[in-house]
Formats: sequence, structure tokens, C-alpha cells
Amino acid sequence: MTRADVQAGDYVLRLDGIAKRFGPLVANSGITLDLKRGEVVALLGENGAGKTTLMNILFGHYVADEGTVEVFGQPLPPGNPRAALAAGVGMVHQHFTLADNLSVLDNITLGTESLWSRGRGRRAARERIAALSRDFGLSVHPEARVGTLSVGERQRVEILKALYRDARILILDEPTAVLTPQETDALFETLRKAIAAGLSIIFISHKLHEVMAIADRCIVLRHGKVVGEVDTHATDRARLAALMVGSEVSLPKAEARRPGPVLMRLDRVSTPAKGTATGLRDVSIDLCAGQIVGLAGVSGNGQAALADLVSGLVRPDEGRVEIAGEELRSWTPRQALKHHIARIPEDRHKTGTISDFSLTENAVLEGYSHPPFSRRSWMDWHAAERFAKDIIAKYDVRCQGPSQQIRLLSGGNMQKLILGRVLEPSPRIILANQPVRGLDVGAIAYVQSRLIAARDAGAAVLLISEDLDDIQSLSDVIHVMSEGRLSPAFPRGTKTAAELGLWMAGQGFEGRTHAA
Amino acid sequence: MSYLVDILVSASFWAAVIRIASPLVLATMGELICERAGVLNLGIEGIMVIGAFTGWLAVYQGLPLWGGVGVAMAAGMLFGLLHATLTVPFGLSQHVVGLGVTLLATSTSSFAYRLALPEVTSPPKIVPFQPLDLPVLSDLPFLGEVLFTQTAFTWFAFAIAVLVSVILFRTPLGLAIRAAGENPSAVEAQGLSVSGLRMGAVIVGSGLMAMGGAFLTLSAFSSFFFEMVNGRGWICVALVVFGAWMPGKAVLGAILFAAFDALQIRLQQTPIGADLPYQVFLMAPYVLSILALILMSRRAEVPAALMTPYSKGER
Repeated sequence: MTRADVQAGDYVLRLDGIAKRFGPLVANSGITLDLKRGEVVALLGENGAGKTTLMNILFGHYVADEGTVEVFGQPLPPGNPRAALAAGVGMVHQHFTLADNLSVLDNITLGTESLWSRGRGRRAARERIAALSRDFGLSVHPEARVGTLSVGERQRVEILKALYRDARILILDEPTAVLTPQETDALFETLRKAIAAGLSIIFISHKLHEVMAIADRCIVLRHGKVVGEVDTHATDRARLAALMVGSEVSLPKAEARRPGPVLMRLDRVSTPAKGTATGLRDVSIDLCAGQIVGLAGVSGNGQAALADLVSGLVRPDEGRVEIAGEELRSWTPRQALKHHIARIPEDRHKTGTISDFSLTENAVLEGYSHPPFSRRSWMDWHAAERFAKDIIAKYDVRCQGPSQQIRLLSGGNMQKLILGRVLEPSPRIILANQPVRGLDVGAIAYVQSRLIAARDAGAAVLLISEDLDDIQSLSDVIHVMSEGRLSPAFPRGTKTAAELGLWMAGQGFEGRTHAA
Repeated sequence: MSYLVDILVSASFWAAVIRIASPLVLATMGELICERAGVLNLGIEGIMVIGAFTGWLAVYQGLPLWGGVGVAMAAGMLFGLLHATLTVPFGLSQHVVGLGVTLLATSTSSFAYRLALPEVTSPPKIVPFQPLDLPVLSDLPFLGEVLFTQTAFTWFAFAIAVLVSVILFRTPLGLAIRAAGENPSAVEAQGLSVSGLRMGAVIVGSGLMAMGGAFLTLSAFSSFFFEMVNGRGWICVALVVFGAWMPGKAVLGAILFAAFDALQIRLQQTPIGADLPYQVFLMAPYVLSILALILMSRRAEVPAALMTPYSKGER
């Protein structure tokens, strides 16, 4: 059967009885999944439920222990990405598989021409990419070096890679985890065009409102098994969430409280721009005890600069930084720790943890040089392990034990360990930079409740997020950043999402004189 | 200073520069291919020795000169296969494997030399590649001596550099090799074999290194002795960095190093040479190379996945 013979309603993809283990861990067991032409199926599940493993089996990165994959009625040989590509399966990986130093065109055409052909059809490739960009609304410059592109643009390159190979089945693994709301809308527009062109899509996500918006059908995985299959128009977010985690989940709501004294104050601070990253421009902000300050904004508008400043990585060019009323003379990450600033970094893989270190080692990354973890320059590994075990128990970190390498943990569990590391010493100031990005519903609720608890215990929390829902539900006070500038403080409930959106787009800053 | 000017305008100086650069060009291209695919090949020094030895032995045993080059390449590829097997599918440390291959190749050469020629005290000679004698071109003033009276092997070396550049940047194969050194999972996701590309690059690259070694016995000198490679392999590793992983720049680097080397030999014979200890002159090319390396490699883009083993399906 050729692709053209497939009529609407035929299955384009069938996974039957897939099982996969990694050592003692059962990642998939007895999973069966069908996909029709022009259909969008959402694959839902918490971190570690087995979604990505299943898709990696389909794409041939892993070989299943049991089960078969059929594409357009033909069995797919296991463990062979080339066969999957040839059968019309395209995958947009969660962690992009792009070579940063190569151009967009090179990344897209890689592997599409015979290795032994003498030249490269660059002109034809460029025209085809231009046509695909136009048809699917994926604008990106073919000669640009991938390393210089934004995350949203890189994702477009990944989608173009699949379309360039005539993919008929598109698998998107958590595509919106790294996107801004605007980029997500653009992505959905592209996906609708793809469906109209007859493609079928598997959409992996745990953002329920996105699933409701784009998917026809949801398949819910839990602990490696299919636990439910529902039509999206016959269900709602709450029911899906309950299916995913196995019980009802409600996101915590922060009740309004009276703020305490100012713990950290930035007074008209500016920082240098780092490469293409925006610096701070004349920013003043107060972080008060018992208050969550939310920082909204499109990514790349200076949030990173503010986070670096608070964590001690950057010193201000101009302006004053005060902690508990005292102006800082020197400012380093070590000073930040000394002033009890807890830092939940934006990228838990790169800056939050050391992948090949154990949970114990990661747990004492910040406190290792002081008692109880070290005395007279000698590490006390027993104390460190007790601390790690303590975090594992208290923060419900799912792992094999404190000596496991942290890279083997799911994102949510990694984040819980970081939370434990920074919250256990009872910090006074907490910098939470995108603390729930890429986490599933259960983990999000958990992280948010911990932040609220820390606030209620008197800490000042600076919450940076690109998700306005998060900001609005947690923050006592909201600021918006745009091009390194900071909006005035908006108390809870005084601005709608649309109004905040205008500030995010840079409106309202013009002509605003500093009211210091 | 006038000594310097005299040397720099003489055709024989530039002819020597090209000659000295030739083996470096070949071996540097070999190393560059390996590193572009993501594998640091520190077996280069030993593979050059094995190339110098096997190429010479083959010719000594009666093969034609180009046959000797072919034998050297095959021997180099064999050691390349060893290096590639250990570093690519087994994912062992590329430093340790590379140094191990260098030690193994060097000592294998010396062992085989003793086995093949147990009685010989002074190294036997072969008839090496002769300078070309091209009509008209070889008789041109200056250029004739610098370019057109080189041996065919020299021309071959520079042709290989052009070929490597064309393959890396103008063919799908070259794109795939470069991508394997930048992000192997991108290669995998596009349905290509990372192991295949990397192993192929290391094997072919090692073949080029061995031919660089064979240049020493078959074109530059006419006999084999143990210390003849004398660190040239390590220089080539540095030249790849100097050239920012670009074949053209790496060739320029090889010529620059060769110029320093040719210059110091000639300066030793001037009155300056009488005043300074000769070790200073021997040191000079290396010192100057380090300085050039510091200047040139600041902005270099290292292949992102260099020295990172890749194993499929790992999480």
C-alpha cells in the first residue's frame, strides 16, 4: 500500500503492545495507540509516565522489548530512525537535535541527500524551504546560523526538518515547554495548517489548556501504562488532570497577606548587556518579607539580568543594592548565599545541578563549605547524605537513593531536590526563576505550594515566569519587564492579563519618568 | 637584518618551506577530518611513524614509490581502525586511546624494523621521489624553483588539502561529518549513523596521517630512522586548532610553521648563528607557533561535540 492509497479514516499509525524497561524501571508496558489521518492525538502524562520513551521507540531511538509499530500498514523495523523517517514519521524533539554551528539550511538538508553524491543542491533546497516556510507559516532565514536563533525559531527549524522530508506523521514532544504564549499561538497556527494538509500529529504535553485547544483525542499515560483515552470535546481539564495523576489536583491559591519589612532593595540599578542579552535599565524594586513579587515578561527582556544580579553573578554598573537596609559593597554568589538568598535557577540541568554528581553531592553544592557538611576542610559525607535523605523524604523526590546520579531523575524530581537544597536552610530571600517550567501538574502544584509556604514563613520571593497564569495566581505584587525596564508595581488583582500583555509588549514605559 | 631579507627573497628558502610543509599538510588534514567528526586522534604521532616505516620498507622491498605510499596509507588506516573501534563504539577516553595508539605504533615500527633488518647498522637508503622537471614551468625564474621543481608527492599533499576542503564544505558527506562533530543526536535524528561517520573519518584521517609520515621517508629523506617524526604529529594537532578547524587556514599554518623552521636552519649559518646557542634556533619555530596559536585560536569555533562519545539510546 502506498501513502496515496490511504483514505481518510484509515489508521496511519498503530503501536501495539509496546513494552520497554530500563534496568528495574518499567518505562512502557502494553501500550497500544492508533492514529488516523488528519487527527491530533495528545499524549498526556506526568513526568516519567513514559511518553518520551514511547515516542523514542516509535522513532527508532530505542528498541522496544515487546510490541510492534506499523506505519501506513507496514511494520517498522525496530531501532532504525532512517526507516522511521522514510516511512514518513517526523519528530520534533523536546531537546532540539540541531547543530548550533551549522546553518538552518545545513541542519534541514542533513541526511536528505545521498552521502556519495558529488555536490549539494543548495539552491533547490533553499527554494523548497522557502515554499514550506510560506505554506506553514514558519518564517526563518535559511542561511542563519542555528546558534544565533531564538528558541522559537529553532523549533521552527525542527518542524521544517520534518516537513522537508515529507513527514506525514508529526510527533511533537513537549513543544510548548520552551515557548512564549505568542510563539505557542504561532505554533498552533502552523499545526492547523499541517492538519489541513493531511498530516497526523501526536502532541505530547502536560499543559491541559493547550491539549484541549489542539487535540481531537487524548491518551493518558501513568507509570508506563495507558490509563485512559478520551475525546477532548467530551471531557474537561479537571477530569484530564485527575486521570494524569490518578487523583484530583488543585493548584494552590495564595491568600493575600500584609507584607513585612523590605529585605532587598534595588535602587535605580543598571547592569551591562551581556552579548545579545539585555541588561537592566534603571530598575528599582522592593522585595518584602512575606510577599511574592511576580515578574512577567517575554523571555529575553532582562529577566536573566535581574536573576543574575540577585544571585550575585553580576554587579550593578549604576545604582544601589541594599539588603536589609545596608548597601552592598562587594557582591558575589558567595555573598548572596551568606545573605540567605535561595536561588532556584532557570535551567536546572545546566546551572541548577551537576548531572553526573549524586543526589547527595548536588544537595550540598551550596552548603558544602560549612558545618555540618564540612569541618576544618574535611567533608562530612555522612551529614551530607543525611541531608539528602531528609530532602528526599520531605520533598517526595522519587529516586533510587541518595547515591543515584541526578541526571537519571525526571525534571520534576530534580526540581524538588533543588527546592529542598535551597529552602531547607530557611532562606530570607528566594529567587524562583521559572520554577515550574516543563513540570507536570502534580509537580507544579507541589512547587507552588512550597513557595507559598516559604512566603508565609516570612521569606521574600521573587518569582520570574513567562506564564501569566502562574504569575497572576501566586503573586502579591506584579512587575512587568520589557527591554530591561521595569513597570511600576501592580498589586494583586489590579491589572487584567490583557493589560499586563500590553506592558509586556513595551507599552506604558514611554515617557515614564522615574518616581524615585 | 640584512641576513633575514636575503633569506626571505631567496627561491631556495621558499622551496624548502613548501617541502617542509608537505608532510604537515597531509597529517593536519587527517587530524582535521577526525576532529571535525568529533574524535580527537592523538594517535597521530605514532601513525606518522608507522607510515614513515611501512612506506619506506615497501619501497625497500621493491615496490614502486606510489606503492609505498599506498602501503603506508593502509597501515595508517589499520591503526585508525583500532583507534576508532576503541573510541567510537566503545566510547573510551580519546586521550588515553590516542596516546596508547601512538606508543603502540611507534614501538611496533621499531620492533618490525629490527625484525626486518637485523644485521643493518646504518639505515639503508632507497631512491626517493625526484623533483619534477616540467617543460617551461620548471625553468621559470623563482616560481620554477619554489613550486615546479617540488616532487609529485608535494603536489599530491596540497591536492589532498583542496579535496578535503571541497568534501567537507561542498558535499552531503562533508555536511554529515561536520554535523557528527557538532551534534551527534542531530545526525542520528536525521537517520544517519554517527558511529559509521566517525569511524570512517578516523580511519581515513589516519590514512592521511600515515601518508604524511611516508612523505618523510619517501620524499624528504631516503631512509628510515626512529626519531624522524620528532613531534610533527603534535604540531599537526596544534595546526588544526591554529586553523580553527578550517582546511585552508590549517594549510597556511603549516606553511607558517615550515617557514619558521626553514628560517632557523638558515639563520644558524649566518654570523648570528655563531653568537647564539643552536638550541635557541631549534626552539624558535615552536615558540613562534605557540604565540601564533594564542593569537589565532581566540575566536576559533571548536566542534561542539569534540571528544564527546556518543552512544545511541542513552538517557
